Amino acid sequence: MSVGIIMLVHTALDRAEQVARHWSAAGCPVVIHVDANVPRKTYKAFTKTLGDVPTVRFCQRHKCEWGTWGLVAGTLSASELLLAEFPEVRHVYLSSGSCLPLRPVQELVDYLAARPQTDFIESATTSDVPWTVGGLSDERFTLRFPFSWKRHRYLFDKYVDLQRKIGFKRKVPNGITPHMGSQWWCLTRQTLSAILEDPERDTYDTYFRKVWIPDESYFQTLARLYSTNIESRSLTLSKFDFQGKPHIFYDDHLQLLRRSDCFVARKIWPQANRLYDGFLRDPEGAIKMTEPNPAKIDRIFAKAVERRTQGRQGLYMQSRFPHEGFEHSITSGRYSVFQGFSDLFEDFEPWLAKSTGTQVHGHLYSPERAEFSGGQMVVNGALTDSPALRDYNPTAFLTNLIWNTRGERQCFQLGPADETAPIWFIAKDSNAQVSVISGAWAVPLFKSNRNFADLRQEAARLQKLEAEQLKVLRSVWAKARIRIWTMAEFIEAPMEPLQSIIDEMGQHALRRLTEAPKMADLTGFGQFLQNLKNQGMHPYLMGDFPVSPPGLNQPKPPRKPYLVQ
Amino acid sequence: MPGAGIRVGITTSEGTRIPLGTRQGGFPDRERLRELRAVYKLRLRRKRLLYRAFRKRRQLGAVSDRTDAIRPGMILGTATMRNEMVRLPYFLEHHRKLGVEHFLIVDNASDDGTREFLADQPDVSLWATSKSYKRARFGLDWLTWLMVKHAHGHWVLTLDADEILIYPYWDTRPLPALTGWLDGQGIEMFPAMMLDMYPKGRLGAQSYAPGQDPTEVLSWFDSGNYTIRRQEPMENLWIQGGVRARHFFTEKPRRAPTLNKVPLVKWNRRFVYVNSTHGILPRRLNRFYDREGGEFASGILLHTKFLDTVIDKSREELERREHFANSALYEAYYETLIEQPDLWCERSSRYLGWRQLEAMGLMSRGTWL
Repeated sequence: MSVGIIMLVHTALDRAEQVARHWSAAGCPVVIHVDANVPRKTYKAFTKTLGDVPTVRFCQRHKCEWGTWGLVAGTLSASELLLAEFPEVRHVYLSSGSCLPLRPVQELVDYLAARPQTDFIESATTSDVPWTVGGLSDERFTLRFPFSWKRHRYLFDKYVDLQRKIGFKRKVPNGITPHMGSQWWCLTRQTLSAILEDPERDTYDTYFRKVWIPDESYFQTLARLYSTNIESRSLTLSKFDFQGKPHIFYDDHLQLLRRSDCFVARKIWPQANRLYDGFLRDPEGAIKMTEPNPAKIDRIFAKAVERRTQGRQGLYMQSRFPHEGFEHSITSGRYSVFQGFSDLFEDFEPWLAKSTGTQVHGHLYSPERAEFSGGQMVVNGALTDSPALRDYNPTAFLTNLIWNTRGERQCFQLGPADETAPIWFIAKDSNAQVSVISGAWAVPLFKSNRNFADLRQEAARLQKLEAEQLKVLRSVWAKARIRIWTMAEFIEAPMEPLQSIIDEMGQHALRRLTEAPKMADLTGFGQFLQNLKNQGMHPYLMGDFPVSPPGLNQPKPPRKPYLVQ
Repeated sequence: MPGAGIRVGITTSEGTRIPLGTRQGGFPDRERLRELRAVYKLRLRRKRLLYRAFRKRRQLGAVSDRTDAIRPGMILGTATMRNEMVRLPYFLEHHRKLGVEHFLIVDNASDDGTREFLADQPDVSLWATSKSYKRARFGLDWLTWLMVKHAHGHWVLTLDADEILIYPYWDTRPLPALTGWLDGQGIEMFPAMMLDMYPKGRLGAQSYAPGQDPTEVLSWFDSGNYTIRRQEPMENLWIQGGVRARHFFTEKPRRAPTLNKVPLVKWNRRFVYVNSTHGILPRRLNRFYDREGGEFASGILLHTKFLDTVIDKSREELERREHFANSALYEAYYETLIEQPDLWCERSSRYLGWRQLEAMGLMSRGTWL
């Protein structure tokens, strides 16, 4: 008993010859179908080079165009010839010129000999498979397709539209149920001859002639009629990208293919010398009886599809530049933005770095320079602190920083004076955690030693800027995790909000904060605000502060840093 | 013969323009009209550039014309050169190894032996001219004409002598594998951004021997400080940044050099490069980036400008003023270069190979696995 091989060939005839020799040297007869589009001269030369191999035959040629009947016609002719000429054949394996056997042929022969009644053909009904997303699935079988999709796309599309509009439907003959699957099958003589000798074959052929891509449905459907034991999978490893184009294997896939334990793979790049040399050698070592295991390859290729369709989130580069709003997240990792905290607390940045273990930067969008953590002039990715470079494209500055430091959470300070900060971008970014103590910008003013007229002007400016920022952060389009407190609200009970911000950052194990940052001394702040009011400026973002602390005219001892047990 | 995974839609591809007319009929809306006008203007511009190349064809004199050897399907390389004897041996070796089978080169008045060297190469067709490089659109007019004549239907790699093309898997898969895959995908172009390579230490302090792999000397680059904008009406990306922006253009980032390029194109005689190989017409060839979040495949041009020869070259440029549209702007740049600065910083990355660049997101495999 042996396995007969059908090869459908249209290019790279030298490789086809090599593979045909390999099959027949291992005792498998081969029938080759050469596309009728191959010039007669080339075809003659090809048959001649294989003339010395007695178990290679050439069948009648048909014109093969992708998606048309020609491929099925070629396969049928080759099957008839193979079954007639080589009566010892029990299984017939359909392959193409760019298929390459990965395991010793004897292993395939033994594998099939151990399963004498099994047909290996992927075959599923159209409603059960997601292969034909958004395109033609059922309609492959109910419409007519007289026009070539490759050459006459316009007519093809229009004719489909017309049939849909009219409501035209073909009848499926004899109530067969259309099935689809990979065109690379391995059938038993029983099943294949039953298909070939079916008295109704003319009816089926006529029907499938006008089905779309019949090579993926003809045998898949008819095998269901006769087979006693269908194993719905293909023995040929063949991967498709998300557009339905076959993946090609190159020299560097050698190890991957070897580990897959599949019998045959397609499609192989014709110039992949290492693959052809590596796999077409005489077998060495013991014959294995392992099952094919394409799972590993499947995973890698599934990942590739994801990369192609979704890309690396938050990466902007020469071949990935998404429309605004066309992706899930616009930066590559989570980060935290703090507004007002470093004004209210004297040692906020070192405290935050210590209690969360993150990178804590100062005001990245400060007008003077990007205040990277630890006073660095340049950080990962050679991103510099130059304000002009940063402000040339503030969004790119942020996305670059987050991308360059992936795996390490970034925190930075923001303030109303950081006018070039891309506040809209941050607000719309679901990776951002924004915490704002509104009005805290007044604390440094209160502490500063400047003329009151200047202070008043500066306060008015900052309040206006912060009001604008808050409007953005409160907009309905904001997707970031945003928390806003007025300063008065915040100092009532500062530990609670701090704890929840840090819990949400999810660094390390959750634990209670044991040490609070040191709050600035606010004695007289209420009076300071009152003075601003008296000068005609109306500070409102910080909330309500009493003019003097409770217990009028009694100096209150300076507040101690919080200590929470 | 794709298989069961095929996804066939009765939809037009995303790049296709919807024909004139609105959904409900009646007059085309204003936006559509504006769009049509822009498209038509680009068409005129392309025609004008082609005509310009046609007029300049007589500036070229053939030194050694071996174009008879060009066979269908060959991958061609084109370049304009001037005094590149130092870089040429490696440039030719690298790209030959990748699978460029014939080079079409214009020599612009070299006097260091470049011309003689190139004339001796069996796979180089050489033309010479002493006319202005700047007025020939930095050599593009000449190359456009050569490509009209010899490159129709071929994949063509257009480079400068200081550019080394790499792409995912370049060390195991030669260019025909890439172009074959692109053909199968129906893609006509392959982008490769310029990556400025630099040495550690003062410029000019390292010595480079002709034929040596330049990344042995220029082993450093900036990995993550690039900015990208999308430009209408050509729809190209405008990438800037890298070491030159960081070091020479901190005050005027807008003037920093453009880094995006599309050097590998399945050429048609009606195509034309617009500004070096940064842009190309028709504009569909500039849409090599995915707009819906995915990644297309792309490569990198290792830019070897900062070899020790850069000091002398900068002196020469200052005198010749043949570079860039506005030479005066770049005077300060060249003057800084002559002072031999150290471009290295502690966050520079050392070049380790394409997998590193791919992981950093400077280029991408797309679905080419």
